Amino acid sequence: MPLLKFNNVGIRGFSAAVPATVINNYEYTEFFKSEDVKEVVDKIGVKERRFVTHEQCSSDLCYAAANKLLDDLNVSREDIDLLVFVSQTPDYRMPATAISLQDRLGLNKDTIAFDISLGCSGFIYGLSTVYAYMQTGNFKKALLLNGETRSKVYSPKDRKTAFLFGDGGTAVLIENDEKYGESFFSMNSDGALSDLIKIEAGGYRNMSTCETVEERVVDEYGNIRSAEHGVMKGGDVFNFVLKEVPKDFKKLISFGNIDTNSTDYFVFHQANDFMNSYLAKKLKVSIDKVPSSIAKFGNTSSVSIPLTIVSELRGKLEGNKSLFLSGFGVGMSWGCAYIKIADSYISHIVEI
Amino acid sequence: MKEFLEKIKEALEIEDRDIQMTDNFKEYDEWDSLNKLSLIVMIDEEYDVQVPDDKVNSCSSLQELYDEIQKLK
Repeated sequence: MPLLKFNNVGIRGFSAAVPATVINNYEYTEFFKSEDVKEVVDKIGVKERRFVTHEQCSSDLCYAAANKLLDDLNVSREDIDLLVFVSQTPDYRMPATAISLQDRLGLNKDTIAFDISLGCSGFIYGLSTVYAYMQTGNFKKALLLNGETRSKVYSPKDRKTAFLFGDGGTAVLIENDEKYGESFFSMNSDGALSDLIKIEAGGYRNMSTCETVEERVVDEYGNIRSAEHGVMKGGDVFNFVLKEVPKDFKKLISFGNIDTNSTDYFVFHQANDFMNSYLAKKLKVSIDKVPSSIAKFGNTSSVSIPLTIVSELRGKLEGNKSLFLSGFGVGMSWGCAYIKIADSYISHIVEI
Repeated sequence: MKEFLEKIKEALEIEDRDIQMTDNFKEYDEWDSLNKLSLIVMIDEEYDVQVPDDKVNSCSSLQELYDEIQKLK
């Protein structure tokens, strides 16, 4: 069973950067009738999102977030010796974006830097990876950066995905300290469901051609996209979450002997409001303990858990708190974590 | 069966009429990809099973959907 436990590793601070461009979803009516748009937006709960400009990348968002956090906490760049960047919208196919960020952030050349390619589960995987390195005791401080520009992935003419996704970047500073105590992680994979959320072409199985970027009507509803746009099978993604997430939740609770009544906050991946409300109900978690940033930023994939913490829990993580985190999606890949917070700092959100 | 029909009405937000087990629910005016998600959630909540999307799509009546749920239970 892939269950992990760490001791005395924790998060010193969180920060986030979002694009300055606000998309008002009710007015996102260029390709759809406004009454249909209202119905969709009301149900998914994504009122606004942020979109990068054509020139902006995931790394730019993470760069801004990381600089803000290191400056706010007065942490020397010399002290960072691990940088992990989680994204499925990296700047280039090669080299890895984490390496360019090592240089841009002015980190030492003996910094370990690499990318992890995961989506909505990515914060849990990234955090557990960094915790595992930190547990060796050979690292001073580590940065976990999650960045996504999903606005560049999905077709604005496909109603199944046009209203959901937004862009953002976050930075988390991780250190060793006895005050953090124990943390627990559970992670899972099901590659049989890889078609549920996918970009069919543009990788190395189906390489880019003139045809792969050609937009076409793909279904009886008149949705339009190319083979290089993201596709999501919403119904089955729902079924997957309802089937797997509660099981994983229970597995971690039992492994860590976690008391959910005394857990302060449950931060879920922000898929959509409808799903998260039902998930909270199914998991018997009080909705007051489930912060939501879906109305402001939409679904930002692996960024959504830390972005929700920065946006909704600023001022609420003083002293000793506990967080239950749950990420699930593209892969399909899912996991959850229980971590202790001890006076974690949260920066104001940066707009770029 | 009556209860099942009530739950379907609730999930699909049908308020103005009665529905029958023989109905092809995908011909309802209320049927769309959003209400399909409500239907999936209702089935999970009431029957504790997940009906795959293509199964929902291939059912031509509420009776078939009901039978599918019973099969999965």
